[in-house]
Formats: sequence, C-alpha cells, structure tokens
Amino acid sequence: MNTNSDFRKKIKKAEKTAYLATAFAFLASILLLFSVYDPTFSIFGKKEVAPTYTAIVEDEDTIENGIHVRTGLIDAEGLMMVVNNCTNCHSAKLVTQNRMNAERWNATIKWMQETQNLWDLGANQEIIVNYLVTNYPPKAKGRRMNLTDIDWYELKN
Amino acid sequence: MLGSFAAIIGTELVFGAKMPYGYTPLALQETDPFKLFNKNKEMVVLNDKPWNIEAQAHLLDDKVTPNSSMFIRNNGLVPENIKPTEWKLTIDGESVKNKKTYTLGELKSKFKQHTYQLTIECGGNGRSEFDPPAKGNQWTVGAVHCASWTGVRLRDVLEDAGIKKDAVYIGFHAVDQHLSGDPKKEPISRGCPMPKAMQDETILAFKMNGEEIPLAHGYPLRLVAGGWPASVSGKWVNRISVRNIIHDGEKMTGSSYKVPCKPVAPGEKVKDEDMCIIESMPVKSIITYPKTGATLKKDSSLKIRGHAWAGELEVTKMEYSIDFGATWKSCTIEKPANRLAWQHFSASINFPKAGYYEVWAKATDAKGVSQPMLIPGWNPKGYLNNACHRIAVKIV
Repeated sequence: MNTNSDFRKKIKKAEKTAYLATAFAFLASILLLFSVYDPTFSIFGKKEVAPTYTAIVEDEDTIENGIHVRTGLIDAEGLMMVVNNCTNCHSAKLVTQNRMNAERWNATIKWMQETQNLWDLGANQEIIVNYLVTNYPPKAKGRRMNLTDIDWYELKN
Repeated sequence: MLGSFAAIIGTELVFGAKMPYGYTPLALQETDPFKLFNKNKEMVVLNDKPWNIEAQAHLLDDKVTPNSSMFIRNNGLVPENIKPTEWKLTIDGESVKNKKTYTLGELKSKFKQHTYQLTIECGGNGRSEFDPPAKGNQWTVGAVHCASWTGVRLRDVLEDAGIKKDAVYIGFHAVDQHLSGDPKKEPISRGCPMPKAMQDETILAFKMNGEEIPLAHGYPLRLVAGGWPASVSGKWVNRISVRNIIHDGEKMTGSSYKVPCKPVAPGEKVKDEDMCIIESMPVKSIITYPKTGATLKKDSSLKIRGHAWAGELEVTKMEYSIDFGATWKSCTIEKPANRLAWQHFSASINFPKAGYYEVWAKATDAKGVSQPMLIPGWNPKGYLNNACHRIAVKIV
C-alpha cells in the first residue's frame, strides 16, 4: 500500500511537471510567434497602442512654408512637373542632393532615358531643368570648405 | 518574468484577433528607417528611395562596427520575403567548368568557414566635397564600416565548380529589384578580377558580427570583398558568373565606379572609354573620438582615437596636426586584426593656448602614400575623396 501511494504521489508530481512544461512551451511558442511579427518588441517601447491606420491626407500636394510637404521640394514654377516626372522611381532627396547646371541635368536626363526607363519628357524637360537650376543651383566649394554646423559641447574628461 | 509573459500573450492575442485579412504586420509596414533597419537615431538619411543612410564620424567609434552604425547604400529596392531554406547560389558563366547550384546549407557544410573583419567603404564616400558637385548621393564621411563577417571563401566554391583558364572576372547577380520596377533590369551587378575573387579574405558571408546578416546588408548571402569599393560586395547574391571578359553587368559600364584614367581638371568632360574601373580604395582615416565640436579647458589634454585603412595595403604611419597641416605629430597605430581590417589609432594632444583648433588626421600606407589635405583629383562621379578628416575643437 505504502509503495503504491508513493507511486501515485510520484505520478502526480510528474503530471504537475508535465503541465508546467506544456504551459511553458505554450508561452514560449507564443513569444516566438510574436517575435516574428515584432522582432524588436517595439510595441512595448511606447505606452500608447501603436496605431494600425494612417490618416488619409486630403490633399497630397499640400504646400507649407513654401515647401511641397510630400516631397520636400521648393514650391516654385515647374514644381508639379518635377513631382510628376522625377519622383516616381526615386525619392526627391536624390534630386535635391544633386547640384548641376542645365547641361549636366540634360545629360543626366538622357542617361536616365537610355538606361533607367525614364520616358520622353518633351517640352516639359525645359521646365524641369529650369526649376532645378533655379531652385537648386550648384554652390562653389573650392578645394576645401570650412567646417560648418558645429554643435559645440563641453567635453568632460 | 511571468508578468511580462502574460503581458506579451495578452497583447499577442488581441493583436491576432483584430488582425484584419490581408493586413501587413507592423514590422514590415514600418516607415521609420531607424526602427526598420535598427539604426542609431543620429545616422543621416540621404535618400529614402532607394535607401541610402550614412553614419557620422563619432558613431563609428567601435573597433568592430555594429549594425546600428553601418551605412546603407542601396541601388534598388530591398528584397522582401526571403526564404533562407529555399535560397540557392548558382555558379555559372563562360569560364566555369560545371555550372553548379548550392543551397545555403550546402555552402555552410561543404566548405570551411572563415571569419574576417573587413573594411567596406563606398566608392563615393566624401563625394559631397567635390567642386563642381559630382552626381550621386552626397556622402560626407560616414559611408565606411568594418564589421566581422563569417562565410566561406569564394575561391573554395569557384574551385569546386571548376574554373577555366580563360577566366578573368567574376560578376554577381542578386534578387533586389530595379527602381523602375522593370523585372528585366538589375539595380547592380558588379564584380572583381579573378585575383581579387581568389583572395583568402574574399568570402560569401552568411553572418555579420556573429549573427545573421541584417536584411539591408544582404541577408541571407553577401559577397564581401574588403578594401575595394563597397559595390563589389554584392548583397542578396544568388548567382556568381565566372566571366571570360571584364564583367559587363549593371554599374560596371559607363562611368559608374570609374575614375578618369588620366587626371582631369575640375568639371572636365570625360568620355566613357577614358574612365578606368576603381579597384583598391585609397589610404584614409577617420577620427571617431571626440565628436567634432568639443570644448575643453586649457591645460587639459585631449585623447583622440579613430581608425585608418588603405584598401589592399596596410597603414604604416598615422599622424595628427592641430595647426592646419603645418606640423604633424605621430599617433599610435595598431596592427590590423587581419588583412583588410581597419586599424585603430590614438594620440594625446596638448594645446598651446586657448582658441579654435581643428584636429586633422593623416594616414600613410605601406607604399608611402598619404592622405591629401585638400580634395584629391576631381572626377565626374565624385569617387575616392580621401582628404584628411577634420574635427573642430575649442580650448577655453
């Protein structure tokens, strides 16, 4: 009898361990699944629930302070021509980073047409190039510029 | 511990229950590049389509660059839905004896694995300083990194497939998509001459800093060729062609990753046939500590440190100047962890009096070639600017 109840106790103990193990495995698998969806667990990084929707911008060509909000381009004559022809494949950031004269912009457009599937711009090409050289002109830098935009701070030893 | 588990489960169940049909998980919808690519918030986004992001000098202070500070230079769109278990690498081309295909598992088990720290610098790092401006992303100083890469030697794989005697070049192909969306176009397909392909350190990597390669850096397989323009280190590689001609893939031709064979005047037009492919990158260095803009009290010494590299060569001398290059003092420079790894330098500086200073760093390679203080030879695409790095310091 004694050995029998001992055996039962052992079984019960084993059962308990098995339940615990199953529960742990279940929790772990859910954690794993979650980590696949959100590997950085970014959802816990902030208190508010991450929105799963984005506000619909009524006018996607809003201008604020002279800047076309969606692309960051300067609002000036020819803006929409540039937006519609030059920001389909690449970002406007690639355009505004580059400072070129009309000749080099025309050569770049030709290169994009020959190799990058850019379409024929027709009469719009002149408007686009005018916009670029007027609003994003090359700046002379010389052989070496001064260090600028220095954010001074106190270095503690 | 249990509490956090419960919290995760709670959120997970709610999240799962409310997840509408066709809903893309948040991680893939993320538009914040710093979260999307796990980058330091101080990284600078130059372009968001395609993604081009660079470090600032002080973010590169680690001896082995962590992902958070590694620049991203993409020519096309980052591929999605990569299935590593189905990934295959094909070795083909005119000069391969037997066209062969390997799974990732086969690459890992069949060939010996090696780990190297390898300096990878964008050919256009420093482009922003050229005058007249050169076309392309306007990199400043942060398009360089030296991470630890683990993989198999390209040589071992090529020899397994068999190389014909007429092989001159290898060219990689990858799964990234062209910006125009045209499936027939490749964003980039570059390569290197056979001698570089056969070097010990030229590897097909599947690990970076001991972990799987982050997606933006070429998961699940990247060709890594240290010391050469980063564009040789193809990401998301699924095919390598052994060519009997100089590889003619995308961005191997025209003026891409080429400089004038003979020096030209700033702004001069150069014909494509007068442009030569960049191979080893030039000698260069970067001060990673302190961050530019430090002010410190008179009579306190300033400890600086950083890294230096020289393409295929070793850096043999490292100097700094606080008087705009009039006099130079030497820095301590360490040996590289392995060939093609950047080397760490340090120095302690005493300033003679209060005022504005610039600390300039100058490395010299094993052939006695040093970094110029001014912007080197102008070239149409603005490559190879290895001018001295400078930080501003004020003594008060």
